Amino acid sequence: MADIKDAILDYVKEEYLEEDDDMEITYDTPLITGGIVDSFSMVSLKVFLENTYNVQIPDSKATPEAFDSVNKIVELLKEFNVGQEG
Amino acid sequence: MTDKLPNMKPYEEEVKEFSWDLSKEELNYKDGDTINIGEYCTDRICKLGKADKTALIWEGHSAEVKRYTFDDMRVLTNTIAKFLQDLKINAGDRVCLFMDKVPELYFGVLGILKMGGIAQPLFSAFGGESLLTRLDDAQTSAIFTQKKHVAKVRKILNDLPSLKHIIIVDDDGSKPLREREIAFNMEKAEKVENFDVYPSKAETPSILHYTSGTTGKPKGAQHVHYSLISQYITTKYVLDLKDDDIYWCTADPGWVTGTSYGIIGPWANGVTQCVSDSGFTAENWYKFIEKHKITVWYSAPTAIRALMKDGTETVKKHDLSSLRHLCSVGEPLNAEAVIWSEEAFGLPFHDTYWQTETGSMVINNYPGMKIKPGSMGKPFPGMTATIVDLKTYEPLDKQGTVGMIALKPGWPAMMRTYWNNKKAYDSKFVNGWYLSGDRSSIDEDGYYWFVGRDDDVINTAGHLVGPFEIESALLEHNAIAESAVVGKPDPVNMEVVKAFIALNPGYEPSKMLELEIMNFVRKKLSALAMPQEIEFVDSLPKTRSGKIMRRVLRAKEWGEEIGDISTLENDL
Repeated sequence: MADIKDAILDYVKEEYLEEDDDMEITYDTPLITGGIVDSFSMVSLKVFLENTYNVQIPDSKATPEAFDSVNKIVELLKEFNVGQEG
Repeated sequence: MTDKLPNMKPYEEEVKEFSWDLSKEELNYKDGDTINIGEYCTDRICKLGKADKTALIWEGHSAEVKRYTFDDMRVLTNTIAKFLQDLKINAGDRVCLFMDKVPELYFGVLGILKMGGIAQPLFSAFGGESLLTRLDDAQTSAIFTQKKHVAKVRKILNDLPSLKHIIIVDDDGSKPLREREIAFNMEKAEKVENFDVYPSKAETPSILHYTSGTTGKPKGAQHVHYSLISQYITTKYVLDLKDDDIYWCTADPGWVTGTSYGIIGPWANGVTQCVSDSGFTAENWYKFIEKHKITVWYSAPTAIRALMKDGTETVKKHDLSSLRHLCSVGEPLNAEAVIWSEEAFGLPFHDTYWQTETGSMVINNYPGMKIKPGSMGKPFPGMTATIVDLKTYEPLDKQGTVGMIALKPGWPAMMRTYWNNKKAYDSKFVNGWYLSGDRSSIDEDGYYWFVGRDDDVINTAGHLVGPFEIESALLEHNAIAESAVVGKPDPVNMEVVKAFIALNPGYEPSKMLELEIMNFVRKKLSALAMPQEIEFVDSLPKTRSGKIMRRVLRAKEWGEEIGDISTLENDL
């Protein structure tokens, strides 16, 4: 599970922060309410998760609340059995 | 308690009696006087005895709250104006604001106006290329920004020789400043109690807002200080703001609503307003309304539909009884949203219609006037609106016929030109009418009903996005041979960007390539311009002369008739 968290965290840093931005992001940093990922950019984050973990996240589940931190995203992915095997 | 009677008389009565002179009288302005929006929103309110009244309640991401009185705002806007003068910024110079919704953005606009500069607010989510296009066109002299956004400015600096100063408002000294950068801490700067406000006149340029069209680069709609006359009275009548209201405009001042009705209108009326710099969630928004006891709320259909999607259970968890008047702007407000808001809040959202170019509200639903859910409402008193034929541009007198919304020029907030593009400006006027580019019909009671745009511009979440800009950006991606961008219907955002893409030899469609292209556009232009859906195609429908027929693709997305395709070169 730690691998999944780090992969999502790395993706967020890489894609949504400017290269000079020294903002510290943790698993609990608010992404949507914190202004790091806006509601439009959330679509690309959703596509990343779907591609990487081979899941289909319905729009009803892809809410700003569910995407608001790495930990919340991981909780959402658990609903699709990502990171649950073993 | 707020007076229950609306500020505006019954609509028909107001139409007969209204004159812009009424607004001028209330603002104590006479033709030929100096008129400076910065001064009107700060010094004048203090002189009216409201110096200690709260002007701004600001809340950040982590719920930290800052409060400023009108006198605080007067002094801080003086401080910003003096700082710019000391940097040798002159009256008429363009000064950009490229920031999140922080207090420096709001006070920065007024500070720039106080020293005679032209404020050029830009949405902080813009990518480098969007920023470069707009700063280059305006030949901007200085830009206010934050640490988190400065990297985008640094990347394009070599292409912007006119940009003399990059002013960072939250620099903490942890990293050395680079070429042309200067730190400015509004709270810690030496306060300027008295400042000689620039003696602007009615036609002195004030604000430059960029807007996208079907073709070419975005155009800068240039406004003047006289716009205050419209913005003051429409705020008072349509938003119905009163002295004891607590007002929340959810728009970002990077767009025209955020300046006309998120800065100028409410503060010229001496009203307290709240700003949230937090991203959207339904829970957060309701908490914000409850905590600050918001009474008047001006939002957008996209947000309202997102709240609808969340349901009424979240609404019920909060005490929202402070709300008394709700308005909406950005794209047509569907009937379901009006009906839902009555169920959820006990109040309907009042749709308002206007544009970056109009500078103030044009067709609206008014307090006290019967709402027909789904209708845009009626023209603001003092404005002459009609529907003109789509080909001849002659007014149509038949009820229910679809034509283009046209306005008789002359209201105070009308843009005065497109920056550096008089030809495009002139093309907006035909037969003595300003052509809005929006199609509508008028019913038997005089209510307007929105039909759609008359061009290929995409209205996504209330923001206009030009397909040409996106197609140009897409062509810079190595994998893309050609593309066509259209608006696709979306239940929340009205439209979202959809791209049809033909790949270069050696590239194959894949989900990873799709994501790569999405992020490519997002970083280059903005998240709004990012295609939310990509369809890989072998070729695009073109005319025999090689022009891509976007309308064919758009019609397919909307399930509409494709129309005349006699000039089509290839099969669909």
